[in-house]
Amino acid sequence: MTVVGDDAATAAPAGVDAVTVLHGDYSDSVTLLRISQAAGAAPGMHTAHIAMATPLNVELALGLGFEIPSGTGPNDLLVALRGDDQAAVQAGYAAFEQARRDAAATSRAGGSFSNGPAPHTVRSACAAAPDAAVVLLSVPGGSVLGEAMDAIAAGRHVMIFSDNVPLGHEVLLKDAAAAAGVLVMGPDCGTAVIGGVALGFANVLQPLSNGPRVGIVAASGTGAQHLISLLDDAGVGISAVLGLGGRDLSETVGGRSAITALKMLDDDPGTDHIVLISKPPHPATADKVLQIANSGRTPVTTILLGPGRPTISEGVETVLEALGLPVPTWSTWGWTGASDGPSRAAGPHHKGRNQAGRSQAWPNHAGRNHTRVLRGLFSGGTLADEAMVVLAGRLGDIRSNIPLRPDLGLNLSSLIVSGLDLSGQGHVVLDLGDDAFTVGRPHPMIDPTVKLEMLAAQAADPDVAVLLLDVVLGYAAEADPAARLAPAIAAAIESAGTAGRDLSVVVSLCGTAGDPQNRERQAVDLVDGGAQVFSSNAAAARAACDLIESATEIGAS
Amino acid sequence: MPTPPDLLAGPPSVITAGIDLLAEALVAQAVEVTAVDFRPALDDPPGTADTLSTVLADPRLAAANALAAGRMLGVRAHLVDVLPASEALGLAPGEFCHAGPPITWERASGPMRGALIGAMIFEGLAADVAEAEEKLVGGQGITLSPCHDHHAVGPMAGVVSPSMWMFKLIDESSGAVAFCSLNEGLGKVLRYGAFGPEVVDRLQWMARVLGPTLAIAVRASAPIDITAIVGQMVQMGDEGHNRNRAGTLMLLREILPALIASGLPPTDIADVARFLAANDHFFLNLVMPCGKLMGDAAAGIPGSSIVTAMCRNGTDFGIRVSGTGDEWFVGPANTPQGLYLAGFSADDANPDIGDSAITETMGIGGMVMAGAPAIVRLVGGSVSDALATTARMYEITETENPAFAVPILEFRGSPTGIDVTRVLRTQILPQINTGMAGRVAGTGQVGAGLVTPPMNCFVGAINALAATVPWSQ
Repeated sequence: MTVVGDDAATAAPAGVDAVTVLHGDYSDSVTLLRISQAAGAAPGMHTAHIAMATPLNVELALGLGFEIPSGTGPNDLLVALRGDDQAAVQAGYAAFEQARRDAAATSRAGGSFSNGPAPHTVRSACAAAPDAAVVLLSVPGGSVLGEAMDAIAAGRHVMIFSDNVPLGHEVLLKDAAAAAGVLVMGPDCGTAVIGGVALGFANVLQPLSNGPRVGIVAASGTGAQHLISLLDDAGVGISAVLGLGGRDLSETVGGRSAITALKMLDDDPGTDHIVLISKPPHPATADKVLQIANSGRTPVTTILLGPGRPTISEGVETVLEALGLPVPTWSTWGWTGASDGPSRAAGPHHKGRNQAGRSQAWPNHAGRNHTRVLRGLFSGGTLADEAMVVLAGRLGDIRSNIPLRPDLGLNLSSLIVSGLDLSGQGHVVLDLGDDAFTVGRPHPMIDPTVKLEMLAAQAADPDVAVLLLDVVLGYAAEADPAARLAPAIAAAIESAGTAGRDLSVVVSLCGTAGDPQNRERQAVDLVDGGAQVFSSNAAAARAACDLIESATEIGAS
Repeated sequence: MPTPPDLLAGPPSVITAGIDLLAEALVAQAVEVTAVDFRPALDDPPGTADTLSTVLADPRLAAANALAAGRMLGVRAHLVDVLPASEALGLAPGEFCHAGPPITWERASGPMRGALIGAMIFEGLAADVAEAEEKLVGGQGITLSPCHDHHAVGPMAGVVSPSMWMFKLIDESSGAVAFCSLNEGLGKVLRYGAFGPEVVDRLQWMARVLGPTLAIAVRASAPIDITAIVGQMVQMGDEGHNRNRAGTLMLLREILPALIASGLPPTDIADVARFLAANDHFFLNLVMPCGKLMGDAAAGIPGSSIVTAMCRNGTDFGIRVSGTGDEWFVGPANTPQGLYLAGFSADDANPDIGDSAITETMGIGGMVMAGAPAIVRLVGGSVSDALATTARMYEITETENPAFAVPILEFRGSPTGIDVTRVLRTQILPQINTGMAGRVAGTGQVGAGLVTPPMNCFVGAINALAATVPWSQ
């Protein structure tokens, strides 16, 4: 442990710095971010940068003006604290130590070992927990192969939450899994529900009743969460959600996990109907997977997402029709438009309006101050994608970091350099779960800081008339999203109003009535903040279109 | 392959590795969670983790390692003979074997030089220390080679010269042979680098009386099942590296009838019995060739990342790995941490030395510290450290050896077959128990303690293994 002196160099920011290097001490990045927050919240503290001393994190610390002892390496834990005075950084360090103890206590409580050391590899964890059917991996992508191979060799099913797993490793793991008779969900699989247990980001489902039970095979995490939330609202029981990760249905991976998952659900006596939800697979893979899907005993509904295709909400309605169940009215809170919900006349697959919309495309330069624009800030990639499909059908081109067409792409790195100034970019929808936004911080479904910063910035843009946001509930998501978002929405609307502008905020609220965040209270709090809230993402997008169109009409008149 | 559980049978219990938040979300749902204390793999120098991935992706790896470990467990080592090194290894005058990977006089440490000086005098190649040193520096007519290259192993300096007598062991399952010198006892002894008159006198008695006497007794008792004795000694509190007391007594029990019936002069028999009884480490030199047979049995399997030898020459630590054959992967030997004999301190200790880390290679020694609570203080630890150490060693080994069961761990088999990939994945190094030699030639033993190999041996090995992966570049 090395402590560097606290005499800040003349160029360094004001305050007292204390840099401590704990050699060979490791914690995962999410835990360290939470610990950093705890240390930074101590009285008199300005900044707490607590991270493994990777080159990136050392650079961040240097950028913050900290002095880093030479010889500090990626196996060291860097504790860089800045506060008003010596007492403040001491309080910060004490808070750091307490937060570490709390984190360690949690991880011990999470383990089943009352004696003996915690296992260091999945292999020894499998030996210690012979009945554990599932291994949930969220280790760095480069470390997945060894741990997942351990799990497969021990005959366990694996869910790989991690991203950045090399494609070759994915194929290798899935071939090994097929030989061992186990399922690999992922990599980059955020959501699964097994036996009612939510793994990763997943929602609390109502207990299974005597009604039809649907099993889900999902290549999209938030897509699956939206699907099961709507089905749950419609009173449909969900037997299981098996995730695939975003690459399973590619040509290279060839649906290896999809095939296993479909067969598992087909063989499951507790599943009456199967829903496969994905972006359109590679054609060769689609043939293979759909052949398996259609050769089983259990009926399969396929929901393929993208331009010119039904929305998730419409897909759910198809499933309900197939089950002979009525389609409910999807919940809204605070909607000020038509009583039957936002206009459904201009769906994205409505060719005529689609073309008309394109012809009104926002020109890629500022200056038409009579036209007001929409900004979408999403934490769920699939939700952002679906919203864009709906919006493009009515509003024309939508620029994005995950664009519908390559020419609509935004160069994020240059935008980030400019402080994420979107002015003059027209309608924009951002996926804030993009790696570019999550470097050095957790996913926006866990930590909304980026979303809140962007929200305030967009409210100050005179072109912006409508903000479209998503809020995803369920296990592992932020404990009380409305607590910070509702006041931020209220402040955004007020600041726009002070500047003499109308600003509408639409929230797509993805979650179930049983989620730990209490969906009803979240919705009410968001409405109190001034938002209009929709349980259907497509409906939220349509509402946003209605609001833009009326704002533009007003502005043009 | 285990039968997979029915994924959809009901609420599962879950193993987690990675982000604590995901484990906490499961605990909040009252799910039984086993959390892995995960650390990222070594990536020093950068690129090592990617190289490790290349080896982990080698389709041969799992089966090759299972085969290598299976071969280690299949060895049944039997003591069949005692004979001079000139016959056993075919050594000619001026040819010396030594511990560890290859070394030259120029790079040799104090105790290695001391042992070579003593062996020169013992062989009559030099009249005194000065002459021995001069000839060793000159190198005329002198050949140094690792014991490991002669199917042999030697503790500490491991110096073997033609007139020294050696145990000969055979693996009855394969016919493979391994040799080891006879143990001289503790204190001022050749293997710790001492070369005074008492050292040379003892070596001469061993060649004149001990070797031939043991040869008669062993041939009359052969074959003596060394694997069985190792299994028993591990259950009796020996870890087979720094404690060999039970093993030594069991050997004496095996050969005593033949010794008494040999017809040799009663004074010689009494001297031999007294020598064995006074040297608790006598059996180390039978554990080691047993380990050598096990390591050799696992060697040369394409794609296997199992360590087949760990050894030190007092300057370098070297390992061999199954999938890369005879290639040595070396790094600078660490200096052990532990307790010192009266009058010595850390400043007097030489870096790690000896082939005796073959005991850890075979899955005992430091690997089964849990079973040897009597010596945890000798090597500077506590009983709970010993339990934790052995538990940790299971993380880096391929298999468990039921023949060497650890009673305190519910008779769990010893952690066997150190896997280079698991060492790098966990950054857990094999734990070695060892004696410490004085760094100055002629000193002898200064203490005992714990040591680990340098990590770069394993980095070197993974680079070489990656180059053998069929589809890598």
